[in-house]
Amino acid sequence: MLRNSFYRTFQRFSVVSPTRQPVLSNLKGGLPSFRTYASGGAAAAVKKVQPAAEPVKVPDDLALETHTDIQTAAKEQADQRQAATETTPLVSPTPSETTALNHAYQENTGFGTRPIYLDMQATTPTDPRVLDTMLKFFTGLYGNPHSNTHAYGWETNKSIEEARKYVADMINADPKEIIFTSGATESNNMVIKGVSRFYKKTKKHIITTRTEHKCVLEAARSMINEGFEVTFLGVDKHGLVDLKELEAAIRPDTCVVSIMSVNNEIGVVQPIKKIGQICKKHKVYFHTDAAQAYGKIKMDVNDMNIDLMSISSHKIYGPKGIGALYVRRRPRVRLEPLFSGGGQERGLRSGTLAPPMVAGFGEAARLMKKEFDNDQAHIKRLSNKLVKGLLAIDHTSLNGSPDHRYPGCINVSFAYVEGESLLMALRDIALSSGSACTSASLEPSYVLHALGKDDALAHSSIRFGIGRFSTEEEVDYVIKAISERVKFLRELSPLWEMVQEGIDLDSIEWSGH
Amino acid sequence: MNGLIRTVFGVRGAAAGAARGAALLRPVRAVRLYHPKVIEHYTNPRNVGSMDKKLTNVGTGIVGAPACGDVIKLQIKVDDRTGIIEDVKFKTFGCGSAIASSSYMTELVQGMSLDDAAKIKNTQIARELSLPPVKLHCSMLAEDAIKAAIRDYKTKRTTTTVLR
Repeated sequence: MLRNSFYRTFQRFSVVSPTRQPVLSNLKGGLPSFRTYASGGAAAAVKKVQPAAEPVKVPDDLALETHTDIQTAAKEQADQRQAATETTPLVSPTPSETTALNHAYQENTGFGTRPIYLDMQATTPTDPRVLDTMLKFFTGLYGNPHSNTHAYGWETNKSIEEARKYVADMINADPKEIIFTSGATESNNMVIKGVSRFYKKTKKHIITTRTEHKCVLEAARSMINEGFEVTFLGVDKHGLVDLKELEAAIRPDTCVVSIMSVNNEIGVVQPIKKIGQICKKHKVYFHTDAAQAYGKIKMDVNDMNIDLMSISSHKIYGPKGIGALYVRRRPRVRLEPLFSGGGQERGLRSGTLAPPMVAGFGEAARLMKKEFDNDQAHIKRLSNKLVKGLLAIDHTSLNGSPDHRYPGCINVSFAYVEGESLLMALRDIALSSGSACTSASLEPSYVLHALGKDDALAHSSIRFGIGRFSTEEEVDYVIKAISERVKFLRELSPLWEMVQEGIDLDSIEWSGH
Repeated sequence: MNGLIRTVFGVRGAAAGAARGAALLRPVRAVRLYHPKVIEHYTNPRNVGSMDKKLTNVGTGIVGAPACGDVIKLQIKVDDRTGIIEDVKFKTFGCGSAIASSSYMTELVQGMSLDDAAKIKNTQIARELSLPPVKLHCSMLAEDAIKAAIRDYKTKRTTTTVLR
């Protein structure tokens, strides 16, 4: 097999080599422009593939050295590009693209009019240091990291292994245990589907909770169609899992327990260490969706007995479109890959890695570790201020546990005010009334439902996300704006009026619509 | 459904002279974006307030449910002799479209006779405010509210007449 493919490569080379001659002679004068190289090669290939290999006359004075003089080459390329742009007329952007933005809600008056960003659970802004790391992979370092036959592959591969180490360091894992994926959704799917499919002959049961992210719930639901049973654990009014209930739910044929570390809507931190101990005791794999937790709370896969962990890059100021899955090696966790292919990433996730993304993710993870204490102190300070300011308004309540929580995620219900109308009033602040995934539908949050909140309160809840780049001025502004506008909307609300009159809203028979 | 989307965005599309490709994208974005008229009514709601619902010439209609996310309270004050709506007040718990729908409804029925007011259809409100399909229930709710208010007024009238 190997010899065969080698032979084929050799053959291809021998056929192509005569066609290379004009190109190579062109090279003598310096680096050819991209266009000459491409078109010359293509034309020659069409013309000269047919004849049998004639003896090639290579001029003796042909300089064969590679172009190490990058500066000169780059300058020449730049000159050529310059010349090309001077001749081609500038095409103005099509008007249709500008009219799409012509809407009251999209500020197109210029810079500096964008809303305050307080939706850090949806995504975070990319750290400029992360972008700096990424850029070179778009220009110079374009090699395929899996090409181990040449320097282009080696250099990107080296960067990827560095990034892998940074990602692993944050959770005290071995770099070999990190599998890069397209994001936490893919990681979650890989675990729920992959692990259970691998053990399907003996195991038939999956445990998860009702407050998980949609991708875990949907993946688990799809496994029901493949003959699995799924237990969706309930949570108490603080959003925490009952450990006794969890232990009781574990059966001999339970394959994997999947419980998220930090909830994306209410910021509640589950007792991961205790859950890990229970899973270890019963010899069940423990998966945690740490998309919102990675780098934000202290996590240690060995100390917490975590077997699988989903990680997302764009929640930690990294680029979107990349994430990771931690898969324990000792004792080994086996899973069936979702993708078939070239067997990259220990065969678990085939497909060429995206070096710019991976390197950016690695840098973001490194920064999360380096700035952990700073970030924590900053976020905690702003969070305390915001919570205090918001709860000072009448009839507001914090959703989720007040003690076991990640301070950067605050979910507050403003009773008698509808969430969507409040968001509409707050168009100078980017917020969400739940997770970004469900904001398209008008359904109230299923997470708040699981906490036992009634529909009216679930409809009037808003999530505030604070991150590394949030400032104190922004928090002050938000507190002021929310207080004013909640007051305005309550003046408008018939429910508020009834409450002021002392009518119990639950006593009214509402006509549903 | 498709026809609705087209009518809803037809006005704006024609005014902007937008390309067809852009029009195809619109229905998806319609969920989040509000028409300027909705925003106008929402930021400056007309006729907000309450009237004493015990008065015989005031009809009150409360429709919707907090669990569904929309409650509209609409009150009309009617001239007993002419049957003309003298004054309208509303209060709404709900999304921007619900607030705008009820605000526009109060503008509409002011000075109308009860019979004319009962004939107002939700499509009229939806068209005026260019409501997207997902928000059509807001206009239906506004229609229900005025009908409930008229019904309330009429039942009050009958009872008072009997007493007289």
